[in-house]
Amino acid sequence: MSVNRRTLGMALVLTALAIVGVAIIQTSFDATAARIAANERDAAMYQIREILAAEPYDNRPANDVIVVTHPDLLGGPQARKVYRARAQGEPVAVVMETLAPDGYSGPIALLVGVYADGRLAGVRVTAHRETVGLGDRIELAQSNWVLDFAGERLGPAPHARWAVRRDGGEFDQFTGATVTPRAVVQAVRDALIYFEQHADELFAPANP
Amino acid sequence: MTNPTHGTHIFYDGLWRNNAGLVPLLGLCPLLAISTNLINALALALATLAVLVVTCVLVSCTRRWVTAPARLLCYVVIIATAVTLVDQWMAATRYELYRNLGIFVPLIATNCAIFARAELFASRNGPGAALVDALATGLGFGAVLVTLGTLREVIGNGTLLSGADTLFGPAAASWKIEFADGFVLAALPPGAFFSLAALVALRQALGARAATEELESP
Repeated sequence: MSVNRRTLGMALVLTALAIVGVAIIQTSFDATAARIAANERDAAMYQIREILAAEPYDNRPANDVIVVTHPDLLGGPQARKVYRARAQGEPVAVVMETLAPDGYSGPIALLVGVYADGRLAGVRVTAHRETVGLGDRIELAQSNWVLDFAGERLGPAPHARWAVRRDGGEFDQFTGATVTPRAVVQAVRDALIYFEQHADELFAPANP
Repeated sequence: MTNPTHGTHIFYDGLWRNNAGLVPLLGLCPLLAISTNLINALALALATLAVLVVTCVLVSCTRRWVTAPARLLCYVVIIATAVTLVDQWMAATRYELYRNLGIFVPLIATNCAIFARAELFASRNGPGAALVDALATGLGFGAVLVTLGTLREVIGNGTLLSGADTLFGPAAASWKIEFADGFVLAALPPGAFFSLAALVALRQALGARAATEELESP
Protein backbone atom coordinates (compact mmCIF):
# COMPACT_ATOMS: atom_id res chain seq x y z
CA MET A 1 0.00 0.00 0.00
CA SER A 2 1.48 3.28 -1.02
CA VAL A 3 0.27 6.64 0.16
CA ASN A 4 -0.77 8.79 -2.74
CA ARG A 5 1.45 11.88 -2.74
CA ARG A 6 -1.39 14.10 -3.73
CA THR A 7 -3.55 12.88 -0.85
CA LEU A 8 -0.68 13.47 1.55
CA GLY A 9 -0.24 16.95 0.20
CA MET A 10 -3.92 17.73 0.69
CA ALA A 11 -3.85 16.33 4.21
CA LEU A 12 -0.90 18.56 5.07
CA VAL A 13 -2.64 21.64 3.63
CA LEU A 14 -5.79 20.86 5.55
CA THR A 15 -3.84 20.35 8.76
CA ALA A 16 -1.96 23.59 8.24
CA LEU A 17 -5.20 25.48 7.63
CA ALA A 18 -6.75 23.96 10.74
CA ILE A 19 -3.77 24.90 12.91
CA VAL A 20 -3.73 28.46 11.59
CA GLY A 21 -7.50 28.71 12.02
CA VAL A 22 -7.40 27.54 15.61
CA ALA A 23 -4.52 29.91 16.38
CA ILE A 24 -6.51 32.83 15.00
CA ILE A 25 -9.61 31.86 16.95
CA GLN A 26 -7.62 31.43 20.16
CA THR A 27 -6.18 34.91 19.79
CA SER A 28 -9.61 36.36 19.19
CA PHE A 29 -10.98 34.43 22.16
CA ASP A 30 -8.33 35.79 24.49
CA ALA A 31 -9.08 39.29 23.29
CA THR A 32 -12.84 39.04 23.77
CA ALA A 33 -13.45 36.53 26.59
CA ALA A 34 -13.46 39.10 29.39
CA ARG A 35 -15.84 41.43 27.55
CA ILE A 36 -18.20 38.57 26.73
CA ALA A 37 -18.28 37.31 30.31
CA ALA A 38 -18.98 40.84 31.55
CA ASN A 39 -21.78 41.21 28.98
CA GLU A 40 -23.38 37.96 30.10
CA ARG A 41 -23.32 39.05 33.74
CA ASP A 42 -24.74 42.48 32.83
CA ALA A 43 -27.57 40.95 30.81
CA ALA A 44 -28.55 38.68 33.69
CA MET A 45 -28.34 41.51 36.21
CA TYR A 46 -30.28 44.02 34.11
CA GLN A 47 -33.62 42.29 34.59
CA ILE A 48 -32.85 41.53 38.23
CA ARG A 49 -32.15 45.22 38.88
CA GLU A 50 -35.42 46.09 37.16
CA ILE A 51 -37.35 43.76 39.44
CA LEU A 52 -35.64 45.12 42.57
CA ALA A 53 -35.91 48.77 41.56
CA ALA A 54 -38.68 49.81 43.95
CA GLU A 55 -36.99 49.08 47.30
CA PRO A 56 -33.48 50.16 48.33
CA TYR A 57 -30.75 47.63 49.01
CA ASP A 58 -27.03 48.02 49.57
CA ASN A 59 -25.44 44.72 48.62
CA ARG A 60 -24.65 43.36 45.18
CA PRO A 61 -27.15 40.60 44.34
CA ALA A 62 -24.81 39.28 41.67
CA ASN A 63 -22.37 38.36 44.45
CA ASP A 64 -24.99 37.04 46.88
CA VAL A 65 -26.34 33.98 45.12
CA ILE A 66 -27.37 30.55 46.29
CA VAL A 67 -28.53 27.60 44.25
CA VAL A 68 -31.68 25.65 45.05
CA THR A 69 -33.71 22.92 43.45
CA HIS A 70 -37.32 21.93 43.73
CA PRO A 71 -38.64 19.72 40.93
CA ASP A 72 -42.30 20.49 41.61
CA LEU A 73 -42.42 24.12 42.59
CA LEU A 74 -39.53 25.46 40.50
CA GLY A 75 -40.45 23.70 37.27
CA GLY A 76 -37.94 20.89 37.02
CA PRO A 77 -34.96 19.19 38.61
CA GLN A 78 -32.38 21.69 37.35
CA ALA A 79 -30.57 24.01 39.73
CA ARG A 80 -32.12 27.47 40.13
CA LYS A 81 -30.18 30.53 41.18
CA VAL A 82 -31.56 32.76 43.90
CA TYR A 83 -30.17 36.31 44.07
CA ARG A 84 -30.51 38.04 47.44
CA ALA A 85 -30.87 41.76 48.09
CA ARG A 86 -30.14 43.12 51.55
CA ALA A 87 -30.00 46.48 53.30
CA GLN A 88 -27.50 46.66 56.21
CA GLY A 89 -27.44 42.89 56.23
CA GLU A 90 -31.23 42.63 56.67
CA PRO A 91 -33.22 40.73 54.03
CA VAL A 92 -34.94 42.93 51.46
CA ALA A 93 -35.87 40.63 48.58
CA VAL A 94 -34.94 37.53 46.61
CA VAL A 95 -35.05 37.03 42.87
CA MET A 96 -35.56 33.38 41.98
CA GLU A 97 -34.99 31.69 38.66
CA THR A 98 -37.86 29.37 37.86
CA LEU A 99 -39.48 27.64 34.93
CA ALA A 100 -43.02 27.25 33.65
CA PRO A 101 -42.75 23.84 32.00
CA ASP A 102 -46.15 23.89 30.33
CA GLY A 103 -45.98 26.84 27.96
CA TYR A 104 -47.67 26.49 24.60
CA SER A 105 -44.45 25.86 22.65
CA GLY A 106 -42.18 24.71 25.45
CA PRO A 107 -40.89 25.82 28.84
CA ILE A 108 -40.82 29.50 29.79
CA ALA A 109 -37.89 30.70 31.90
CA LEU A 110 -38.83 33.28 34.51
CA LEU A 111 -37.33 35.51 37.16
CA VAL A 112 -39.64 35.96 40.17
CA GLY A 113 -38.77 38.66 42.70
CA VAL A 114 -40.29 38.44 46.20
CA TYR A 115 -39.87 40.89 49.06
CA ALA A 116 -39.07 39.60 52.53
CA ASP A 117 -42.69 40.14 53.58
CA GLY A 118 -44.02 37.92 50.79
CA ARG A 119 -45.15 40.61 48.35
CA LEU A 120 -44.19 40.06 44.73
CA ALA A 121 -41.53 42.53 43.59
CA GLY A 122 -41.97 41.61 39.96
CA VAL A 123 -41.84 38.91 37.32
CA ARG A 124 -39.83 38.87 34.10
CA VAL A 125 -39.60 36.36 31.26
CA THR A 126 -36.02 35.50 30.33
CA ALA A 127 -36.59 32.85 27.66
CA HIS A 128 -39.57 31.47 25.80
CA ARG A 129 -40.72 30.06 22.48
CA GLU A 130 -44.31 31.24 22.55
CA THR A 131 -46.17 32.35 19.46
CA VAL A 132 -45.30 35.74 18.02
CA GLY A 133 -48.17 38.16 18.47
CA LEU A 134 -50.12 35.87 20.81
CA GLY A 135 -48.24 34.17 23.65
CA ASP A 136 -45.23 36.48 23.44
CA ARG A 137 -47.27 39.21 25.16
CA ILE A 138 -45.88 37.80 28.40
CA GLU A 139 -42.71 39.66 27.43
CA LEU A 140 -42.41 43.17 28.78
CA ALA A 141 -41.26 44.29 25.33
CA GLN A 142 -44.63 43.25 23.88
CA SER A 143 -47.11 44.27 26.58
CA ASN A 144 -47.37 45.40 30.19
CA TRP A 145 -49.19 42.26 31.32
CA VAL A 146 -46.30 40.96 33.40
CA LEU A 147 -46.18 44.20 35.40
CA ASP A 148 -49.53 43.34 37.00
CA PHE A 149 -47.77 40.79 39.19
CA ALA A 150 -45.94 43.41 41.22
CA GLY A 151 -47.43 43.88 44.66
CA GLU A 152 -49.49 40.67 44.60
CA ARG A 153 -49.45 38.28 47.52
CA LEU A 154 -49.86 34.52 47.59
CA GLY A 155 -52.78 34.62 50.01
CA PRO A 156 -54.17 31.68 51.95
CA ALA A 157 -54.48 28.16 50.56
CA PRO A 158 -55.99 26.80 48.30
CA HIS A 159 -54.78 29.76 46.21
CA ALA A 160 -57.78 29.54 43.90
CA ARG A 161 -57.30 33.16 42.80
CA TRP A 162 -53.90 32.27 41.31
CA ALA A 163 -55.26 31.29 37.92
CA VAL A 164 -56.39 33.00 34.73
CA ARG A 165 -59.93 34.27 34.67
CA ARG A 166 -61.11 31.43 32.46
CA ASP A 167 -60.02 29.03 35.22
CA GLY A 168 -61.81 31.00 37.91
CA GLY A 169 -58.85 33.05 39.00
CA GLU A 170 -58.13 36.76 39.04
CA PHE A 171 -55.44 37.14 36.37
CA ASP A 172 -56.11 38.28 32.83
CA GLN A 173 -55.41 35.96 29.96
CA PHE A 174 -54.82 37.20 26.41
CA THR A 175 -57.35 37.15 23.63
CA GLY A 176 -56.47 34.09 21.59
CA ALA A 177 -53.87 32.73 24.00
CA THR A 178 -54.76 31.09 27.32
CA VAL A 179 -52.15 28.36 27.69
CA THR A 180 -49.25 30.80 27.89
CA PRO A 181 -50.51 33.15 30.62
CA ARG A 182 -51.92 30.17 32.52
CA ALA A 183 -48.47 28.57 32.59
CA VAL A 184 -46.84 31.77 33.82
CA VAL A 185 -49.45 32.43 36.52
CA GLN A 186 -49.09 28.88 37.83
CA ALA A 187 -45.31 29.10 37.85
CA VAL A 188 -45.42 32.39 39.78
CA ARG A 189 -47.86 30.88 42.26
CA ASP A 190 -45.57 27.88 42.75
CA ALA A 191 -42.56 30.13 43.23
CA LEU A 192 -44.47 32.05 45.90
CA ILE A 193 -45.40 28.78 47.64
CA TYR A 194 -41.73 27.79 47.55
CA PHE A 195 -40.79 31.16 49.05
CA GLU A 196 -43.36 30.75 51.82
CA GLN A 197 -41.98 27.32 52.70
CA HIS A 198 -38.30 28.21 52.51
CA ALA A 199 -38.00 31.93 53.30
CA ASP A 200 -35.43 31.43 56.07
CA GLU A 201 -33.15 29.27 53.97
CA LEU A 202 -33.46 31.61 51.03
CA PHE A 203 -32.09 34.54 53.04
CA ALA A 204 -29.48 32.55 54.97
CA PRO A 205 -25.93 33.73 54.35
CA ALA A 206 -24.13 31.78 51.66
CA ASN A 207 -21.17 29.66 52.72
CA PRO A 208 -18.00 31.76 52.40
CA MET B 1 -23.49 32.50 -19.00
CA THR B 2 -20.16 34.21 -19.49
CA ASN B 3 -17.73 34.21 -16.61
CA PRO B 4 -17.29 37.91 -15.87
CA THR B 5 -13.83 39.05 -15.04
CA HIS B 6 -14.11 42.81 -15.36
CA GLY B 7 -14.71 44.59 -12.04
CA THR B 8 -18.05 46.19 -12.82
CA HIS B 9 -19.32 43.00 -14.46
CA ILE B 10 -18.41 41.04 -11.38
CA PHE B 11 -20.17 43.57 -9.20
CA TYR B 12 -23.32 43.71 -11.31
CA ASP B 13 -23.41 39.94 -11.45
CA GLY B 14 -23.27 39.45 -7.70
CA LEU B 15 -25.60 42.30 -6.91
CA TRP B 16 -28.32 41.71 -9.47
CA ARG B 17 -27.93 39.22 -12.29
CA ASN B 18 -26.99 36.37 -9.99
CA ASN B 19 -28.29 37.77 -6.71
CA ALA B 20 -27.79 34.97 -4.19
CA GLY B 21 -31.16 35.31 -2.54
CA LEU B 22 -33.29 35.87 -5.63
CA VAL B 23 -31.79 33.83 -8.45
CA PRO B 24 -30.11 30.66 -7.20
CA LEU B 25 -32.09 31.06 -3.94
CA LEU B 26 -29.16 30.40 -1.63
CA GLY B 27 -29.08 31.13 2.08
CA LEU B 28 -32.83 30.73 2.50
CA CYS B 29 -32.60 29.67 6.14
CA PRO B 30 -31.45 33.03 7.53
CA LEU B 31 -33.33 34.87 4.79
CA LEU B 32 -36.66 33.54 5.96
CA ALA B 33 -36.05 33.15 9.66
CA ILE B 34 -34.25 36.32 10.72
CA SER B 35 -36.01 38.85 8.49
CA THR B 36 -38.77 39.57 11.01
CA ASN B 37 -37.47 43.04 11.67
CA LEU B 38 -35.20 45.47 9.93
CA ILE B 39 -32.47 45.74 12.55
CA ASN B 40 -31.96 41.99 12.92
CA ALA B 41 -31.95 41.58 9.15
CA LEU B 42 -29.42 44.39 8.76
CA ALA B 43 -27.19 42.95 11.48
CA LEU B 44 -27.17 39.48 9.96
CA ALA B 45 -26.57 40.94 6.50
CA LEU B 46 -23.49 42.76 7.78
CA ALA B 47 -22.24 39.64 9.55
CA THR B 48 -22.74 37.54 6.43
CA LEU B 49 -20.96 40.16 4.32
CA ALA B 50 -18.00 40.10 6.70
CA VAL B 51 -17.76 36.31 6.56
CA LEU B 52 -18.11 36.34 2.76
CA VAL B 53 -15.32 38.84 2.28
CA VAL B 54 -12.92 37.12 4.67
CA THR B 55 -13.67 33.69 3.25
CA CYS B 56 -13.42 34.59 -0.42
CA VAL B 57 -10.19 36.53 -0.01
CA LEU B 58 -8.60 33.69 1.98
CA VAL B 59 -9.82 31.03 -0.45
CA SER B 60 -8.45 33.07 -3.32
CA CYS B 61 -5.08 33.59 -1.64
CA THR B 62 -4.69 29.88 -0.91
CA ARG B 63 -6.09 28.63 -4.21
CA ARG B 64 -2.76 27.37 -5.54
CA TRP B 65 -2.32 25.02 -2.62
CA VAL B 66 -5.92 23.99 -2.09
CA THR B 67 -6.94 21.79 -4.98
CA ALA B 68 -9.46 19.05 -5.52
CA PRO B 69 -10.55 16.76 -3.92
CA ALA B 70 -10.24 18.08 -0.35
CA ARG B 71 -10.93 21.71 -1.19
CA LEU B 72 -14.44 21.65 0.28
CA LEU B 73 -12.98 20.59 3.62
CA CYS B 74 -10.57 23.50 3.43
CA TYR B 75 -13.44 25.89 2.68
CA VAL B 76 -15.26 24.57 5.74
CA VAL B 77 -12.24 25.28 7.94
CA ILE B 78 -11.87 28.79 6.54
CA ILE B 79 -15.59 29.59 6.77
CA ALA B 80 -15.81 28.22 10.32
CA THR B 81 -12.85 30.34 11.38
CA ALA B 82 -14.38 33.46 9.86
CA VAL B 83 -17.79 32.80 11.44
CA THR B 84 -16.23 32.19 14.86
CA LEU B 85 -14.37 35.49 14.64
CA VAL B 86 -17.56 37.36 13.75
CA ASP B 87 -19.45 35.51 16.48
CA GLN B 88 -16.93 36.40 19.17
CA TRP B 89 -16.67 40.01 18.05
CA MET B 90 -20.44 40.44 18.08
CA ALA B 91 -20.79 38.84 21.52
CA ALA B 92 -18.16 41.20 22.85
CA THR B 93 -19.45 44.43 21.30
CA ARG B 94 -23.18 44.02 20.60
CA TYR B 95 -24.29 41.48 23.18
CA GLU B 96 -28.04 42.12 23.16
CA LEU B 97 -28.14 42.00 19.38
CA TYR B 98 -26.06 38.84 19.48
CA ARG B 99 -28.59 37.24 21.80
CA ASN B 100 -31.49 38.37 19.60
CA LEU B 101 -29.90 36.78 16.53
CA GLY B 102 -29.41 33.60 18.53
CA ILE B 103 -28.35 30.58 16.57
CA PHE B 104 -28.29 32.41 13.24
CA VAL B 105 -24.84 33.87 13.73
CA PRO B 106 -23.18 30.46 13.97
CA LEU B 107 -25.49 29.25 11.19
CA ILE B 108 -23.83 31.69 8.78
CA ALA B 109 -21.31 28.88 8.39
CA THR B 110 -23.98 26.83 6.62
CA ASN B 111 -25.03 29.60 4.24
CA CYS B 112 -24.70 28.06 0.80
CA ALA B 113 -24.09 31.43 -0.81
CA ILE B 114 -20.68 31.54 0.86
CA PHE B 115 -19.78 28.05 -0.26
CA ALA B 116 -20.98 28.80 -3.76
CA ARG B 117 -18.88 31.93 -4.18
CA ALA B 118 -15.83 30.25 -2.69
CA GLU B 119 -16.11 27.29 -5.02
CA LEU B 120 -17.34 28.98 -8.20
CA PHE B 121 -15.38 32.18 -8.13
CA ALA B 122 -12.84 32.73 -5.36
CA SER B 123 -11.05 29.45 -6.04
CA ARG B 124 -10.50 30.45 -9.68
CA ASN B 125 -9.69 34.13 -9.53
CA GLY B 126 -7.28 36.46 -7.85
CA PRO B 127 -7.91 38.10 -4.46
CA GLY B 128 -8.92 41.43 -5.96
CA ALA B 129 -11.64 39.91 -8.12
CA ALA B 130 -12.69 37.63 -5.26
CA LEU B 131 -13.06 40.66 -3.01
CA VAL B 132 -15.30 42.44 -5.51
CA ASP B 133 -17.39 39.31 -5.98
CA ALA B 134 -17.74 38.80 -2.23
CA LEU B 135 -18.76 42.42 -1.73
CA ALA B 136 -21.32 42.20 -4.51
CA THR B 137 -22.79 38.91 -3.32
CA GLY B 138 -22.88 40.13 0.26
CA LEU B 139 -24.53 43.41 -0.68
CA GLY B 140 -27.01 41.63 -2.93
CA PHE B 141 -27.92 39.10 -0.26
CA GLY B 142 -28.03 41.85 2.32
CA ALA B 143 -30.32 43.95 0.17
CA VAL B 144 -32.82 41.10 -0.03
CA LEU B 145 -32.54 40.51 3.73
CA VAL B 146 -33.08 44.19 4.51
CA THR B 147 -36.00 44.49 2.08
CA LEU B 148 -37.68 41.45 3.60
CA GLY B 149 -36.96 42.72 7.09
CA THR B 150 -38.51 46.10 6.35
CA LEU B 151 -41.58 44.57 4.68
CA ARG B 152 -42.20 42.03 7.41
CA GLU B 153 -41.67 44.45 10.25
CA VAL B 154 -43.88 47.18 8.80
CA ILE B 155 -46.68 44.83 7.75
CA GLY B 156 -46.30 42.20 10.46
CA ASN B 157 -45.54 44.34 13.49
CA GLY B 158 -46.60 47.81 12.56
CA THR B 159 -43.22 49.23 13.50
CA LEU B 160 -39.92 50.09 11.88
CA LEU B 161 -36.42 50.21 13.30
CA SER B 162 -37.46 48.66 16.59
CA GLY B 163 -34.38 47.53 18.44
CA ALA B 164 -32.18 50.05 16.65
CA ASP B 165 -30.32 50.62 19.92
CA THR B 166 -29.04 47.04 19.86
CA LEU B 167 -27.07 47.82 16.71
CA PHE B 168 -26.43 51.56 16.75
CA GLY B 169 -26.17 52.32 20.44
CA PRO B 170 -28.51 53.76 23.10
CA ALA B 171 -29.11 56.99 21.23
CA ALA B 172 -30.86 55.04 18.48
CA ALA B 173 -33.69 53.85 20.73
CA SER B 174 -35.67 56.92 19.67
CA TRP B 175 -35.52 55.93 16.01
CA LYS B 176 -38.33 53.44 16.35
CA ILE B 177 -41.42 54.35 14.33
CA GLU B 178 -44.81 52.86 15.15
CA PHE B 179 -47.75 52.59 12.82
CA ALA B 180 -50.96 50.69 13.40
CA ASP B 181 -51.15 47.15 14.71
CA GLY B 182 -49.49 44.69 12.44
CA PHE B 183 -50.88 41.83 10.38
CA VAL B 184 -49.27 38.99 12.31
CA LEU B 185 -49.10 36.56 9.40
CA ALA B 186 -46.36 38.61 7.80
CA ALA B 187 -44.14 38.08 10.86
CA LEU B 188 -44.70 34.32 10.88
CA PRO B 189 -43.01 31.78 8.60
CA PRO B 190 -45.79 31.72 5.96
CA GLY B 191 -45.41 35.47 5.62
CA ALA B 192 -41.71 34.99 5.02
CA PHE B 193 -42.37 32.64 2.13
CA PHE B 194 -45.01 34.92 0.63
CA SER B 195 -42.75 37.95 0.89
CA LEU B 196 -39.75 36.20 -0.63
CA ALA B 197 -41.92 34.81 -3.42
CA ALA B 198 -43.07 38.32 -4.23
CA LEU B 199 -39.48 39.56 -4.42
CA VAL B 200 -38.40 36.63 -6.60
CA ALA B 201 -41.33 37.25 -8.92
CA LEU B 202 -40.41 40.92 -9.14
CA ARG B 203 -36.82 40.02 -9.93
CA GLN B 204 -37.97 37.60 -12.62
CA ALA B 205 -40.24 40.19 -14.18
CA LEU B 206 -37.56 42.87 -14.23
CA GLY B 207 -34.97 40.40 -15.48
CA ALA B 208 -37.21 39.10 -18.26
CA ARG B 209 -37.90 42.62 -19.46
CA ALA B 210 -34.18 43.39 -19.53
CA ALA B 211 -33.43 40.16 -21.38
CA THR B 212 -36.00 40.85 -24.10
CA GLU B 213 -34.68 44.39 -24.44
CA GLU B 214 -31.21 42.96 -24.92
CA LEU B 215 -32.44 40.61 -27.61
CA GLU B 216 -34.39 43.30 -29.41
CA SER B 217 -31.69 45.97 -29.38
CA PRO B 218 -29.66 46.13 -32.57
